Amino acid sequence: MKITLNGELREIAAATVADLLRELKLAPVGLAVAVNESVVRRANYETHALNDGDIVEIIRAVQGG
Amino acid sequence: MNSKLTIDGVELGSRLLFGTGKNVSFDTMKECIELSGTDLVTCAIRRVPLNESSGQNLIDYLKNVRVLPNTAMCYNVKDAILTAQLGRELLDTNWVKLEVIGDADTLFPDNELTLEAAKILIKDGFTILPYCSDDLIVCQKLEQLGCAAVMPLAAPIGSGLGIRNPTNLQIIREKIKCPIIVDAGVGTASEAAFALELGMDGVLLQSAVYGAKIPQKMAVAMKSAVEAGRLAYEAGRMPKKLYGSASSPVEGVVNS
Repeated sequence: MKITLNGELREIAAATVADLLRELKLAPVGLAVAVNESVVRRANYETHALNDGDIVEIIRAVQGG
Repeated sequence: MNSKLTIDGVELGSRLLFGTGKNVSFDTMKECIELSGTDLVTCAIRRVPLNESSGQNLIDYLKNVRVLPNTAMCYNVKDAILTAQLGRELLDTNWVKLEVIGDADTLFPDNELTLEAAKILIKDGFTILPYCSDDLIVCQKLEQLGCAAVMPLAAPIGSGLGIRNPTNLQIIREKIKCPIIVDAGVGTASEAAFALELGMDGVLLQSAVYGAKIPQKMAVAMKSAVEAGRLAYEAGRMPKKLYGSASSPVEGVVNS
């Protein structure tokens, strides 16, 4: 399916948020995820299903003031 | 010796709130944070780069301080709210430094949108520390909404121009009860001290330290500056006089 991931259209095989992080080789620590403008709690990564057309944001903390 | 700054019931060990840097290594940042004595540092929330190794994680360098996520460079309410919510999930804190920018050149805040975002986030359980103009009415409205502090700018972000309008800050001090943190504009230690002498409860700065030739020395200078400024405020300065007043006895002077 196709999702918009961090602003870019992307074809993915993942069915859940946890799958997506594995597909992207991202450890599920030090980041947070929102799907369609709603934050997905860490505890729900395995169960939160992704759908075609979803808008996914994966963020981290960076330096700033 | 001076009184502590308390925000939302949390007593902070320092009146210096600090950024986590721009164009400096994590090691220099960590050193400056430690030397500055700060208890509260702010960081930005950004998309994870997907096509490169993400490298070291900032959070690993911020173990001994409270971290305040910010919504820096958000230009609308929707982005600010989602960024705040992502920051809360990431850092496990309901505190957020709310920034809604209105102009890319000056980085002045959009106070109207800041108020709108603050209202929504407070309903959502956030503790808000909003960046705003040095404008009494905006600060009063933010306080009335229930913001934990107000953070008026002293000059544009990153400008180092110092306290451009001390009169406004003094008026805000007289009319506002919640903590006032000068956010943005401080360029050197005397300006941080001046903000505290005016009765501000703290300063939030970043460029003044990381933009100094020797950031570590400026971090120490800022630590001393906020302590000195607060002590001077609490001590109460002497009245200014137009003419001289002898510091030594006028009687018994040897003269011819």
